[in-house]
Amino acid sequence: MFAYYFQLGLRSLRRNPALTALMVMAIGFGVAASMITYAVFRAVSGDPIPGKSAQLYIPQIDGWGPQQNIEGEPADALNYADAMALMRAHQARRQTLVYSVNMSVLPGGSRSLPVAANGYAVYGDFFPMFEVPFLYGNGWSQADDDARAATVVLSEEFNQKLFGGANSVGRSITLNGQDYRIAGVARHWDPKPRFYALAWNNGFQDASDFYLPFARALDRQIESNGNSCRGHLNFSNWDEWLHSNCVWVSPWVELDSAAEAERYRHFLEGYAADQQRSGRFAWAPNVRLRNMMQWLDYKHAVPSETRISLMVAMGFFVICLVNTVGLLLAKFMRRAGEIGVRRALGASRREIYTQYLIEAATVGLAGGVLGLALTAAGISGAGLLFQPQIARLAHLDVALVGLTLLIAVLATAAAAFFPAWRAARVQPAWQLKSN
Amino acid sequence: MQIKPILGALRRHKAGTVLIALQIALTLAIVCNALFIIQQRLAHLSEPTGIDEANLLVISNQWAGTMSPQQIDAQIQTDLIALRQLSSVRDAASAEGYPLRGGGWDNFVMLKPEQLQPTTDAAVYLGDEHSIGTLGVKLIAGRNFNATEVMRMGSRQIVVPPVVIVTKALADRLFPDGSALGKLIYPMTSTPTTIIGIVEQLQRQGVSAWSKPYAYEALLWPMRQDAGGVYYMVRAKPGQLAAAIREAPAALYAQNRMRILDPEDGGTYPQIRQRIYESDRGMAILMGIVCVVLLAITAAGIVGLTSFWVGQRRKQIGVRRALGARKRDILSYFLTENFLISLGGVLLGSVLAIAMNLWMVQHYEMARLSLEYLLAGIVALLLLGQGAVLAPALRASRVSPVEATRSV
Repeated sequence: MFAYYFQLGLRSLRRNPALTALMVMAIGFGVAASMITYAVFRAVSGDPIPGKSAQLYIPQIDGWGPQQNIEGEPADALNYADAMALMRAHQARRQTLVYSVNMSVLPGGSRSLPVAANGYAVYGDFFPMFEVPFLYGNGWSQADDDARAATVVLSEEFNQKLFGGANSVGRSITLNGQDYRIAGVARHWDPKPRFYALAWNNGFQDASDFYLPFARALDRQIESNGNSCRGHLNFSNWDEWLHSNCVWVSPWVELDSAAEAERYRHFLEGYAADQQRSGRFAWAPNVRLRNMMQWLDYKHAVPSETRISLMVAMGFFVICLVNTVGLLLAKFMRRAGEIGVRRALGASRREIYTQYLIEAATVGLAGGVLGLALTAAGISGAGLLFQPQIARLAHLDVALVGLTLLIAVLATAAAAFFPAWRAARVQPAWQLKSN
Repeated sequence: MQIKPILGALRRHKAGTVLIALQIALTLAIVCNALFIIQQRLAHLSEPTGIDEANLLVISNQWAGTMSPQQIDAQIQTDLIALRQLSSVRDAASAEGYPLRGGGWDNFVMLKPEQLQPTTDAAVYLGDEHSIGTLGVKLIAGRNFNATEVMRMGSRQIVVPPVVIVTKALADRLFPDGSALGKLIYPMTSTPTTIIGIVEQLQRQGVSAWSKPYAYEALLWPMRQDAGGVYYMVRAKPGQLAAAIREAPAALYAQNRMRILDPEDGGTYPQIRQRIYESDRGMAILMGIVCVVLLAITAAGIVGLTSFWVGQRRKQIGVRRALGARKRDILSYFLTENFLISLGGVLLGSVLAIAMNLWMVQHYEMARLSLEYLLAGIVALLLLGQGAVLAPALRASRVSPVEATRSV
């Protein structure tokens, strides 16, 4: 019966090509608009480290006070004194500080033109905490951190650029004129959004090139990319700057359970209270401990353009569906006479209902195929509509193809509930009489 | 025109009537908001910078290897001399940031040394006596820097030059009575700096929403930084920008090759605008496409449903014609019917449009929808409805009175 109704559906669609084309296009455009914007939204709103993000927390401590902080919230990053105090207290299983650096490197030896490289100064715990996979070698140990070793981890892409992809562990590279021994090469790793760099940028910039020990970076006085300060600035050298209220360090801690997180929060409050007692802070403790997803939400990691586009596209789809309901109604009711004959010949309401739902689903399927083509075209052209660094994250995969077709068919069938119900309620006697 | 019989007939087509009205309402809500977003984005990306964009080239220069602060400062000075000597170049200056994007920072500005809460915020530009001429900003009061006033600032070092040039926007914000020239200000410092000049307009180094409160509030200090990277602002002679783009990097590498000129940062202003405003432009294009397709689909939907109604009512139309109704009467019947449905739709749609806008205001830092957009949307949709219904209505008006007698 299904196959027969499907055939009837196809035949009926051929009968009014203009009306059918209109419905198919409405469904196609609607579903494509929703899917393109959804593909972009999906790419930027995901969990950067699935399975681990709930254990990763970013502590914030207000070092500026109620008069100078941002609407009562502590700054996005820590100043040097507070960051180092957290590291020394070592109240979490794993912990790291992160800051963003730009350095120069000579890719082809001392005679080549230098190129810029961007990286992060981190502690050895960074790699196991964030589950960084390694292609060659591995990260560095706490002993290396303590020894302020001149060691470095490269990204796979940067290793490709400098060493043609060869195992470079043990060799050294020259960053800002200083030699660093390569401890490991990370396998392609570029969580999006880059949660650990949201204090400095939007989280969707180019993949990072290298990671070097935090303590070593400070010894070499490598400047951070960006810092934010309050009050009168009166430092005149690196050390005075380090001890100013300027914030530029992102701390991350790994806490395995809610109870541990609660304990860490108490520790932060205790620390801030100590600072108040000692006179360093003239205000009551104001600390935060957000986990990764809360942090992404707080920093509005998903660009508002992406959200607004998704909502407008879904509104557009709803209108397309309302349109389809109207057109299906017109199409079905035009065949009231035919329905009357079938009913008089013994077809039950249920059968009429099924037949028209299947006919609508056929329209949905055709709309879905059109929508799929438009979605594919749209995703490849997403660079015109979204920032390239975000647009290139969107891609068409099996899940999206399935979702596109499924939504097109289901939405059209849902739109057909009312028209098909009206069709099934046609009174045979009425129709037969009037003919 | 008799409205009562039309309303009576509509009651017999509740489903179709409600569907058309609903579609018009939703379309109005989305089109109004989309048009408003387009207008906002276009306004954002056409904000002026106040500089001579047509002739400016920005070169992002990072130092490679190990250079002492003295070496860096000497290198910047020889670079600038080399750039200024190029035949295509009118003037050149060093900078730490450039309008719209790139480096630089902002300082809170206070009017008293002990003041903790800032009076306002301002973009900080560093430069020398060539900066104003290179940027092409207009000095509207006071004087330019002279060469002896230019100071040096090291890494992580705060230096406060005793003189400063501010934009008119900053001067007006700090001293609304217009007395800024000669006044002391404290931009995150306890030592004062004196306003010696006022320039007409200079945009901040970014265009993001958070920095909007201090848009066009900028100060220019006579200072070179001898650490980190530097931007070279190069103003080409009229019509010689292409030559300057070719010659300037070569001239710099000829001075010293241990530098990185980043092609992704800086460039000409059309390139910079392209990068900075890509999300605004994309948003405007997307909303434009949505509007056009949406209006087309709504119009097509109205044509489809009305055609169906006309087909259903051929007999009644024939009867009316046989009883003396003119073609005009039939035509105006369908036009009025559509107008009534559309009116209901736009009433509901106005409420939806405002609700949608308020929701976005709350969540996405949108501005309030101005009523002109709503009115324009209402008029557009009423006209769209009338236009869409015209063809089926004309067909209805051509139904011959003979139909009344056929196959009852």
